[in-house]
Amino acid sequence: MCLAIPARVIELRDGGNALVDLGGIRKEISLALVPQAKLDDYVIVHVGYALGLIDPQEALRTLEMFEELDRLQPEAL
Amino acid sequence: MKYIDEYRDGELAQRIAERIRNEVQPERQYRFMEFCGGHTHAISRYGVSDLLPANVRMIHGPGCPVCVLPIGRIDLAVKLALEDGAILCSYGDTLRVPASGGLSLLRAKAQGADIRMIYSPSDALKIAEANPEREVVFLAIGFETTTPPTALVIRDAAARGLKNFSVLCCHVLTPAAIAHILAAPEQDAAAVELDGFVGPAHVSIIIGSEPYAEFARQYRKPVVIAGFEPLDVMQAILMLVRQVNEGRAEVENEFVRAVGRNGNSAALTLMDEIFELRESFEWRGLGEVPFSALRIRAEFAAFDAEKRFDLHYRAVADNKACECGPILRGQKKPTDCRLFGSVCTPENPMGSCMVSNEGACAAHYAYGRYKDIEVVAV
Amino acid sequence: MTGRSPVKRGYVRPLNFRDGVVDMGHGAGGRASAQLIEELFVAAFDNPWLRQGNDGAAFSLQLKPGERMVMATDAHVVSPLFFPGGDIGSLSVHGTLNDVAMGGARPLYLSASFIIEEGFALADLKRIVESMGRASRDAGVPIITGDTKVVERGSGDGVFISTTGIGIIPNGVDTGGHRARPGDAILVSGSIGEHGVAIMSKREGLEFETEILSDSAALHGLVAQMLAVAPGLRVLRDPTRGGLATTLNEIAGQSGVGMLLDEAAILVQPQVEAACELLGLDPLYIANEGKLIAICAEEDAQPLLDCMRRNPLGEHAVRIGTVLEDAHGFVQMQTRFGGRRVVDWLSGEQLPRIC
Repeated sequence: MCLAIPARVIELRDGGNALVDLGGIRKEISLALVPQAKLDDYVIVHVGYALGLIDPQEALRTLEMFEELDRLQPEAL
Repeated sequence: MKYIDEYRDGELAQRIAERIRNEVQPERQYRFMEFCGGHTHAISRYGVSDLLPANVRMIHGPGCPVCVLPIGRIDLAVKLALEDGAILCSYGDTLRVPASGGLSLLRAKAQGADIRMIYSPSDALKIAEANPEREVVFLAIGFETTTPPTALVIRDAAARGLKNFSVLCCHVLTPAAIAHILAAPEQDAAAVELDGFVGPAHVSIIIGSEPYAEFARQYRKPVVIAGFEPLDVMQAILMLVRQVNEGRAEVENEFVRAVGRNGNSAALTLMDEIFELRESFEWRGLGEVPFSALRIRAEFAAFDAEKRFDLHYRAVADNKACECGPILRGQKKPTDCRLFGSVCTPENPMGSCMVSNEGACAAHYAYGRYKDIEVVAV
Repeated sequence: MTGRSPVKRGYVRPLNFRDGVVDMGHGAGGRASAQLIEELFVAAFDNPWLRQGNDGAAFSLQLKPGERMVMATDAHVVSPLFFPGGDIGSLSVHGTLNDVAMGGARPLYLSASFIIEEGFALADLKRIVESMGRASRDAGVPIITGDTKVVERGSGDGVFISTTGIGIIPNGVDTGGHRARPGDAILVSGSIGEHGVAIMSKREGLEFETEILSDSAALHGLVAQMLAVAPGLRVLRDPTRGGLATTLNEIAGQSGVGMLLDEAAILVQPQVEAACELLGLDPLYIANEGKLIAICAEEDAQPLLDCMRRNPLGEHAVRIGTVLEDAHGFVQMQTRFGGRRVVDWLSGEQLPRIC
């Protein structure tokens, strides 16, 4: 469930809001749930709220995992 | 679009598919449930099943909050709008769900109810502020992904002292539902044995990967949390195949770029501040599931539509021929249901699986039913 | 009304287009109506028919052997009335011109009727009507007759416009949804989804910032060029409400055929794609107002594409698929990802979703 999209923070605004950019579309959303988000961070946005940050390092690792360039054991509990 | 397009690469898909083909044990069946409706949608829309070997079967789980929303809850929303004259704010997903008396929120609107489609809970708050003389109710559905935003608006409404705003809370919880499905084989001989789960992507951003560890331990089933894009889903399936082959039952996280062990603590704290567990909640297709849903705490009773309007929930049964229950539990396929494609279609959904476009039946109808009929190509 | 306008200059104050509003009197058929028609509609559409001031427009027509006529009508209820790239006025002109053109015809004349809500700002009405006048002049097709009614406040969405157009189909041209044959090529004149996204970006509650403009445009010039190259063109249709997917399903149903599309070939502008991601919508189902689908015999495909690409309205024309033999009429699509899926009819209205 839960349509959520990764978008880049391009402007911090009053009241804990931010302007984010996804592929050229810009929308104002709330950072209330991810107050630590900074300019240029990528956040995952759902119903007008950021839910979490995207870790660029991990994102790269994931792509490498798809290509099996990086044969690291995936994180297990 | 960054962090989206790279995860839809067709060539990488072929390579992962080849790895899956090479690693499945030919004499074994692999039955994995993708809990989340978003994953069902991705699998259908991108034709992921076409890329899997025949002995890997994806079973669509009940992780679609619209699908599992009981008719009785929508009836409450319709009543608030038609009889109590409230402005009823709802996400687009819920507007067409058929409820009792041939009504849906959309049909109630045609009869004069003031139903407003919103994209964000903050829109409902804005509507309340713009209409101080009217009661405004927000029909809040969704799993843990959607719950923190609802919590925020309730807290905001309290802080602003709004006197005309309330929430009809229908938020449900993922781990409880997974536990219910895993426990089923012990109670129901017809329940299908699952070999593993593809765990939800965005719910896990909020709750973290830790809550799933219990399922891996108690029921000895592997769980791989997967991102939403089709490559994420395929990689997760590969990781599940590996766990099954190696006899492991662990929680693995494919969605490491967004999900950590402990989730979003700010969101979890906020949810705990505003909501508490309901002892039991009816899930359409699954029946009563214990400790699987949230209600608004007494301190915020002024914003709880159930208290404010003294609502009494009445359960309404689905059509007797509807097979949504077994389908949601993975025991039957859409094509096993007598009503599928004849009486029950996306235009006229009879049960929960057809109602939302990520329900198993809706997804199959939209993307897969052509496979049931032979097509001769030129 | 007889030949001379009954509005006597000097006795009547000119309409206040800056702050005035439409009232019930403007639709009553008396002096106020006549004034509105003369000062706004006739002024903006200006042509010999309207200047005559009759209820209908008379013209003569000489059809050559084999020529036929086509008539098309469209009602426009778009909200918001003004959107990036157009307004309800230009849309109503383009829409009907396109319907006539999809019949293979050269449009001749248009009519326009207005249902206006009491209290509607005259400034907005003027803006809309002048936009229609411009669209009509640019297209070379005059609006020769029309009507105006005013309804009580609350009965309308500001203004509803209905336009009707007629045109002449050249000899030997026979386009229709039933004409697609297995083996035919499916072409689209450009990228999809812009009009719908432009509208949505201005919808209340959904606002997002984008540079996407509606693609609203009159396509009859492009169609005439295409028919010159391939008079045997089988199907022409513009994918408006319901988008490319709905239109292709309609044609498949009418012709009793199936289709196989190539997702990678279908052009979607990046911002349209992003807006659809944001709202959970599929560009295949989003309205276009300046694009056309053409289905032709295989041998006509490349000549048609070359021809379309020479016209600014077709510069990104592309082949997106092939017609198949399939009694069930399924429109299938090879996804970019590698699998295959069906592109089904739209179920109800496509609403932004959270799930």
